[in-house]
Amino acid sequence: MEIKKGLYYTEEHEWVRVSGNTAYIGITDYAQDAMGDIVYVELPEVGDTLKAGDVFSVIESVKAASDIYLPVSGTVLKVNTELEDSPEMINEDPYGSWIIAVDMLDDTELDQLMDAAAYKEYLSEEN
Amino acid sequence: MADLKRTPLYDAHTRLGAKMVDFAGWEMPIQYEGIIAEHEAVRTYAGIFDVSHMGEVEFTGPDAESCLQNLVTNDVSSIKDNQMLYTFMCYPDGGVVDDIIVYRLKQDRFMAVINASNIDKDIQWMREQAAPYNVVIKDRSGELSLIAVQGPKAEEILNELVDADLKDIGFFRFIDGVKCSSKTCMISRSGYTGEDGFEICLRNEDALFVWEKLLEAGTEKGLKPCGLGARDTLRFEANLPLYGNELSEHITPLEAGYGMFVKLDKGDFIGRDALKRQKEEGLTRRIVGFEMTENGIPRHGYDVLSDDEVIGFVTTGYNSPTLKKNIGLAMVDIGHSALGTEIGIQIRKKVLKAKVIKRNFYTKSYKK
Repeated sequence: MEIKKGLYYTEEHEWVRVSGNTAYIGITDYAQDAMGDIVYVELPEVGDTLKAGDVFSVIESVKAASDIYLPVSGTVLKVNTELEDSPEMINEDPYGSWIIAVDMLDDTELDQLMDAAAYKEYLSEEN
Repeated sequence: MADLKRTPLYDAHTRLGAKMVDFAGWEMPIQYEGIIAEHEAVRTYAGIFDVSHMGEVEFTGPDAESCLQNLVTNDVSSIKDNQMLYTFMCYPDGGVVDDIIVYRLKQDRFMAVINASNIDKDIQWMREQAAPYNVVIKDRSGELSLIAVQGPKAEEILNELVDADLKDIGFFRFIDGVKCSSKTCMISRSGYTGEDGFEICLRNEDALFVWEKLLEAGTEKGLKPCGLGARDTLRFEANLPLYGNELSEHITPLEAGYGMFVKLDKGDFIGRDALKRQKEEGLTRRIVGFEMTENGIPRHGYDVLSDDEVIGFVTTGYNSPTLKKNIGLAMVDIGHSALGTEIGIQIRKKVLKAKVIKRNFYTKSYKK
């Protein structure tokens, strides 16, 4: 299972890539593998303001629908509309396929997240 | 996954990298490579499935046929030796105990293949109803395994290993005592995918050997191991019902749309009065096919609405791997069941539009 250095991770298997005050958010390799073939990604509206822990997207595999939780509070700047036509991109390249970008309200929330080493440790404990 | 039962092929599944899940108390492969790849392999080449969790029950004795005739809705007297019959076993109120396949081995010997989730319930029910009959009912589920090879290449692959010509086996017929890679099997032309294919019933101790021989022989022809995930999407596209979804103790075969397997004129059987009455009075609800006209994937259990009123529920729904459309089956009030009717599906917080379409999403390619 690939874990990328330099990203932040949640216990629900989302990742965060920070660029300035913008947080790009996706799901981890572990998450896409657990879900299986992804066939639909429900995206929020640009401009929505959401709190950390809110469901911001639903990813549907052939088998089931999974809620995706926002790791940090913020306003949605961009949504990855390529996923509407090619949701399987998340299976193929989970760390390259961001779902949304948010303008963070409080970047100290990042301190609550795991780094790559901690996430690796977390995965090994989970399994 | 403690306390789960395992089939004799468990180690083979984990070696192949399968994801294992709890299915009806069994630790079974949900997928190996991925549901879509496995689904496409079966539609295009072939797939091999471990369905050893299913139950096998033998009926032996002079009353075997009359006992079964009373238990099930289809006409058991219509099949000869080496023929099979798909049928329902109903409660007196017409609800379904299980959907089963009856194999006629001899005039006084039959076998029923039953759903894994219903084995204990079915056998108890069968034994209670069999009391007045001169028949011995034996649960053979613990000693037999079942392997399905499905898809257009199934016959070619299996023919390499079997000492009989499979061309001679018609749809829903079987041969017993045939050798597959030197192991004794019962092979039927049947399955649960909408494709041509076979089901191989054999002793537990022979299952792993035959499974590996089949994979060896089939891999170069595109055969892939397939899990329960693809099994469900395949059977759904082919409009084959799943007990617990389209069928249950609260749904009759007529409501489910499978009246062709209910022979009201064959003589008495359990559930006949209720089903006859339901047919005469007319259905108040039935299962329809539908296609989403707004973007969303329907799932088992979602509400079906019309003008904010709940008028039914989704029994199965998927983004169909073959058709690439969001389609489903739903039990709806009869007034909303006509082809072309607009209905709404409650998907999370939204009600998304759908319309009633024919249920034969995928045309079955069975061999005649």
